Amino acid sequence: MNAHALEGGFTEAPVQSARTFREILDAMARPGTIRRISGATPPAPLSIAAGVALLVLTDPTTGLHLAGLADHPAVRDWIAFHIGAPLVRAEEADFALGTWEALQPVSRFRIGQPDYPDRSATLIVECNQLTSHGPGLTGPGIETAARLNLPETAAFRTNRALFPLGFDTFFTAGDRIAGLPRSTRVEAS
Amino acid sequence: MSDLGSRPCADAYNFAYLDEQTKRRIRRAILKGIAVPGYQVPFASREMPMPYGWGTGGVQVTAACLVPEDRLKVIDQGADDTTNAVSIRRFFQRTAGVATTEATVIQTRHRIPETPLTDGQILVYQVPIPEPLRFLEPRETETRKMHELEEYGLMHVKLYEDIARHGQIATSYAYPVKVEGRYVMDPSPIPKFDNPKLSGNPAIQLFGAGREQRIYALPPWTETVSLDFDDHPFRTSKAPHDCDLCGAPNSYLDEVITDDASGRMFVCSDTDFCTGRRAGGHIGRLGEAA
Repeated sequence: MNAHALEGGFTEAPVQSARTFREILDAMARPGTIRRISGATPPAPLSIAAGVALLVLTDPTTGLHLAGLADHPAVRDWIAFHIGAPLVRAEEADFALGTWEALQPVSRFRIGQPDYPDRSATLIVECNQLTSHGPGLTGPGIETAARLNLPETAAFRTNRALFPLGFDTFFTAGDRIAGLPRSTRVEAS
Repeated sequence: MSDLGSRPCADAYNFAYLDEQTKRRIRRAILKGIAVPGYQVPFASREMPMPYGWGTGGVQVTAACLVPEDRLKVIDQGADDTTNAVSIRRFFQRTAGVATTEATVIQTRHRIPETPLTDGQILVYQVPIPEPLRFLEPRETETRKMHELEEYGLMHVKLYEDIARHGQIATSYAYPVKVEGRYVMDPSPIPKFDNPKLSGNPAIQLFGAGREQRIYALPPWTETVSLDFDDHPFRTSKAPHDCDLCGAPNSYLDEVITDDASGRMFVCSDTDFCTGRRAGGHIGRLGEAA
C-alpha cells in the first residue's frame, strides 16, 4: 500500500460527515438541486464529491463496486484504509461508483425485492459537470419541475417504471453532487 | 426555550451521541426512505439513554441529521415545556452542543406546528407503531405482503366499520394516508386536524420508530391523501371553540379542566404559537394582556 492512501480522509469525521450528510440528504430529497460537499481529497480519478459521499455513506457492511477507471489501485488502497468497504461484483453491490459509461449495463444492479424495496443499489455517477439544464424532472421532492443534465433518459424512465423497486442515483462532478431517486419521473428527450 | 443556557458539547460523547457506524446505517436508511416515500425501512435501532416510548426513534433520526449549526426545537403534543421535550432538548444540548431556538430541525411528538414550515427545515416525528395495518393484522410477514401487493382493502373495511357503528369515520388521530398513490402510511399519532399539512409540505419529514426499528420519510412537496370514501370524505376536526388564551380561531385546541365544578378552558396545543400570538397582542376569553 502506498503512503498516499493514508491521506485525504476527514480530519474531524463526526462533524464533517454530519455536515456533508445534510447536503447529500437535501440532494436526494430535492432531485435536480445541486449541492456542494467537500472535506476530503480522494485519489484520482475520484472527484471530491464522490470521495466524500463514500466516506459518509459506506463502511465495512456495504458492498462497493468500482467500475471502469474508478477501479484503480490507488482508489482501492484509499477505500481499504479510510472505509474498509468490501469490493464486490456489480450484481451484489450496495453502492457502485464510476462514470455512466463504465456502469453500463445498469440493469445489473440490485433493484430491491417487492417486500424490501430498500435492498437496492445506490449508484454514484461521475460526471464532467452538473448543470440545471436538461430533461425535466417531476415527482416527490420537486415543487413544479426541475432540470438536470442527465447522461441519458431512457434508463431512468425504465427505472421509474419499476417503482417502488429500482436503484437510486447520485451524480458527482468536482465538489458538486445531485440526486435522482427512483421516484423521480424523467421527461423523454 | 433554552431553559438551561447554552452548555458546551460534552467532549466525552461523540458528536450527537451515536457512534459513526450507527449514524451511517441510519443515514442510509433515511436516504432509502426518501427514495421510496411512505415505505418503512428497517434499521438497527440502538438502545438510547431513555426508555422506548420516549422518542428513541426520533432521537436517533435527529442525531443522524444534526449539524453543529442547527437550532433544534423539540415539542411534545405541541408543547415546548413538557418533560419529554425538555429532556430530549437537554440531551442534544449536552451531546451535540446545538442551540434550541428558531428551529432548523424540529423533533415532534404527536403534532405538526401551527406555523407553516419552510424549505430549510426538517421535521422529525417520534413514531410508536409505524405499521398502519398492525392493529388489523398482527403478523409482520402478512403486513409486509399487503404493502408489497398494495392490498389495503382491510384499512378501508376498518374505516367503513367506523361509519357503520358511529355514522362517521371516528378515527381521530394516526389517520392513515396514501403517499404518492402507492404506500399507505401511519403519520404517527398526530390529530387528523394536522393531516392536510403532511401533503405538499416544503420541509423534509422524517419518521423514526425506535422500538419497532423502522424509518420512513416524506420528501418535500410529496402528495399524501387521507383515506376516505366518496360519500364520506375526509374531514379534519377540532374543538368548536377559539383559544381561551390567544383567541386563535383555527388552531388545534387542548381542553383543560380548571376546577371540580366542570369549569374548563380550551387552549392552543402549540404553546409556542399561542405565546407568539399573545405577545402580538391577541387576547382570548380568559387571557391576560402580556
